[in-house]
Amino acid sequence: MSNPILKVTDLKVHFPVAGGVFSKKQVVKAVDGLNFEIMPGETFGLVGESGCGKSTTGRAIVKIYNPTEGKVEFDGEDITKIKGKELSQFRKNVQMIFQDPYASLNPRMTVGEIIREPMDIHNIYSTKKERENRVRELLEIVGLKPDHIRRYPHEFSGGQRQRIGIARTLALNPKFIVCDEPISALDVSIQAQVINLLENIQKKMDISYLFIAHDLSMVKHISDRIGVMYLGNMVEIGEADDVYNTPLHPYTQALLSAVPIPDPKVARQKKRIVLEGELPSPIDPPSGCVFRTRCPNATERCAKEKPKAVKVGNRSVACFLYE
Amino acid sequence: MEENKVSDITLSPELFEKLDDSEKNAEKIAYESSTYLQDAWKRFKQNKLALIGLIFLLIMLVLSIIVPIISPYTYDGQDLTLQHAGSSLQHLMGTDKFGRDMLVRIMCGGRISLAVGFAAAAISLVVGVVYGAISGYLGGKVDMVMMRIVDAMYSIPDMLYVIMVVVAMGANFVSIMIGVCLTFWMDMARQVRTQVMTLKEQEFSLAAFVLGAGKSRILFKHLIINSMGPIIVTVTMIVPRAIFYEAFLSFLGIGIAAPQASWGTLANDAKGLVSTYPMEVIWPVLAICLTMLSLNFIGDGLGDALDPKKK
Repeated sequence: MSNPILKVTDLKVHFPVAGGVFSKKQVVKAVDGLNFEIMPGETFGLVGESGCGKSTTGRAIVKIYNPTEGKVEFDGEDITKIKGKELSQFRKNVQMIFQDPYASLNPRMTVGEIIREPMDIHNIYSTKKERENRVRELLEIVGLKPDHIRRYPHEFSGGQRQRIGIARTLALNPKFIVCDEPISALDVSIQAQVINLLENIQKKMDISYLFIAHDLSMVKHISDRIGVMYLGNMVEIGEADDVYNTPLHPYTQALLSAVPIPDPKVARQKKRIVLEGELPSPIDPPSGCVFRTRCPNATERCAKEKPKAVKVGNRSVACFLYE
Repeated sequence: MEENKVSDITLSPELFEKLDDSEKNAEKIAYESSTYLQDAWKRFKQNKLALIGLIFLLIMLVLSIIVPIISPYTYDGQDLTLQHAGSSLQHLMGTDKFGRDMLVRIMCGGRISLAVGFAAAAISLVVGVVYGAISGYLGGKVDMVMMRIVDAMYSIPDMLYVIMVVVAMGANFVSIMIGVCLTFWMDMARQVRTQVMTLKEQEFSLAAFVLGAGKSRILFKHLIINSMGPIIVTVTMIVPRAIFYEAFLSFLGIGIAAPQASWGTLANDAKGLVSTYPMEVIWPVLAICLTMLSLNFIGDGLGDALDPKKK
């Protein structure tokens, strides 16, 4: 097996909560000890409910947030502390597609300016003409017309805007793209188009994706492997089909039982696992296994120890049931 | 030909007809693309009130510059045989208590009032935008210190600054302008800081950051550009306020010194004569009112015109 393009080791991202003068300083443990690897050319899906730290993980990888602890290695190099030239090189290699296509494009810039910006920043082409040509080429790659170059983002629909965002990301020829819920703000019909576009680009340009989403069926479709997160922790990692067909961790089982099935006969036979209780606060997560407060199989041991990821076949599950 | 079958229709060449040219070009974008400023000007022109305001202000500016030069009278030339004269062909706006030509005096006053207004706005714009943007963008402790300085300065009444500066530096155009700027830049700084703080969390500035854009690029190309609307509104508020401050100082007797005149001093000089020679008050007041009104309309129009979302 080749070396992973991205390796995340024990990543922790904690945010301080601004307390009052008299209250104790608290921290939100948005991400609390993540381990995973992404291979070159692979799509790694990251799923979990809102507030479980998916987006924080993605943002820590592209260095919008600084990790509190742990390492993020890209191409074998720890990027948590890089600066200057190395950082600029890293920016060229690792890019991000954002969730909201209405917010991720500067409304005061034309499409051409938006897509040209990364080239301006990194001085990729020497002449304006070359940059302009590249912009036109990128517009065609993402399925827009080169005439759109002088339009403003508000003149486009959500799907088109997301394409502009993708073109901007591709301008630097990145090797790795973090897709932070790139389709959740779009109509279902447009979602499929954007997903296909992402898949085509991956094939053509050999890019690896970290695909963050909460739509499980979409993630299964695009991902090679899936990681399931709960409250800042990774509970299960495995091949997409394996995780989808035979979920091991009790949380994954519950999550997948909530996926709607477009066949009423099958749907009626399916038993839905309904989780008890509320999602605990990441300021004060449960001791031991973070899922134990809602887990149907919780034992005393779960409260005392934090389960380590165990290998089950080619999967890893953080649960005592599989030790 | 299995692949050409869709359910039970067999596709044959007879079923197709040739597109005519009109349909071929249906996707073509017909109207010319225009630059940002061209678009803004187009939108500005559509706002009739703003356009009238702009024209009035330009006329006012031009007249302020030209009239004192070409007029046979000077702003301090007295003609004691012609006191309180009404409008006539010699003196279009009449004369004041010393027989000085009102038209020339009002246009000279216009020079001073408009200059104070625009200079104060320009200085507040530069200082306030830079200060506020840095404070809002860096955040944290820097923001804390910078904003507490503003709070401390804000706690002293505006007029006190102006009076202190005027007393210390002597009553003239420059000292009034500095005094006015000392208070107005803070409004601008606060306004810009709030804007920058909201905008910097938006995904497009995060995107620029991830692309590797430096701090100054994000600040100027993304954050300040997108705050232009509120900034311009604030500027158009500052111009009339500065003109009012100057008029008020003149009333207190520490403004522009006689025989020079601003609109404020002209109105004040004549205020006792309101019942006997009302026109002497009405002319400067009219100048102030119409200029303020024009500035407000222009500000409104610019705010809309510079925002491409309001096309």
